[in-house]
Amino acid sequence: MDSKKVVVVGCGRLGSTVASDLSANGHRVIVIDTRESSFDKLAQSYSGYKIVGDAVEYQTLAEADIDDADFLFAATTEDNTNLMVAQVAKKFFNIGTVVARVYDPHREVIYKDFGIKTISPTRLSSDVFQNIVS
Amino acid sequence: MRIIIMGGNKTVYFLAREFIRQHFDVVIINHDETYAKEFARKTRATVVLGDGTDPQMLAEAQARECDVFLAMTNKDQDNLVACQIAKNNYQIPRTIAVVNDPDNERVFKELGIDIAFSATRVIGSIIAQETTFDTIKAMIPVAQGNVNLTEIAIEKSSPAIGQTLAEIDLSEDIVVACVIRDGHVVIPRGSTELRLNDHLLLISENDETMPDLDCFIKEKKVFDL
Repeated sequence: MDSKKVVVVGCGRLGSTVASDLSANGHRVIVIDTRESSFDKLAQSYSGYKIVGDAVEYQTLAEADIDDADFLFAATTEDNTNLMVAQVAKKFFNIGTVVARVYDPHREVIYKDFGIKTISPTRLSSDVFQNIVS
Repeated sequence: MRIIIMGGNKTVYFLAREFIRQHFDVVIINHDETYAKEFARKTRATVVLGDGTDPQMLAEAQARECDVFLAMTNKDQDNLVACQIAKNNYQIPRTIAVVNDPDNERVFKELGIDIAFSATRVIGSIIAQETTFDTIKAMIPVAQGNVNLTEIAIEKSSPAIGQTLAEIDLSEDIVVACVIRDGHVVIPRGSTELRLNDHLLLISENDETMPDLDCFIKEKKVFDL
């Protein structure tokens, strides 16, 4: 399998799981979080980079060597942070595909028009539940 | 003129007060209930309690009939998203953001915000100017900060005293717009001779460096910021 360069912003439950899994599957991973203690959630086997910094600051991204990454996943707990980081990454850092996690389904609809791919846990959970019901 | 302001510090309060004096219709969006109540009590602005980055909240603030959207929270990500929703979903003609991180001035402009400026940078540049030259009386950025209007005084040490404007070796990117002498305006011509205590209004492009004023000012720099 092809090894990809992937940036994960936000090392919470979702971010740490995604980063750990990608790393275990042989991808080159850079994970960014404002708090160093967040990296405790990464799997023991995680072998990627860990960067402490606020990804909303341009300089954090500039210093994190994220240029030319194949993917960036903005997975912090704040919708607006994810939407901003995704747009900055796409516009300034030549990243192939950027994806933002967005809780609010209304905001998700708006950002489809911006060429930002979004994942909405709210929407996904609702869809799964609808399937179970029907 | 109808303006929506998202945010909730003292600056927002005084701005709102000023806009209301100028007979603007002012709508404030703030998510903090205590603050929103206090604001409603103290001003004649319409106060909407809620998250300004929520598209439905903007509908409640009647964003469609609005001329200007001003985002002034202390989180740049919220300011960006609110301005983008205001622009794209509600077609508000002017979106303005006060950014916290100076780097985000450029970022916001690239991402479609009409005007973005950093208070940090503005204050920093005022301090830099103030500490660089005493003879510069004022420097006002106009045209969205791209052009500087600078007022300087001709002091005793000035090499320009007794010279006509035509004789002065002024750099090409500066225009002398006006000479103020004894409180009166003298329209500058090539033959205008500069005197002690004249004030000059200069127009130059704001490229982040100080315009070269050596022909008017002979002064040491206090510090080089």
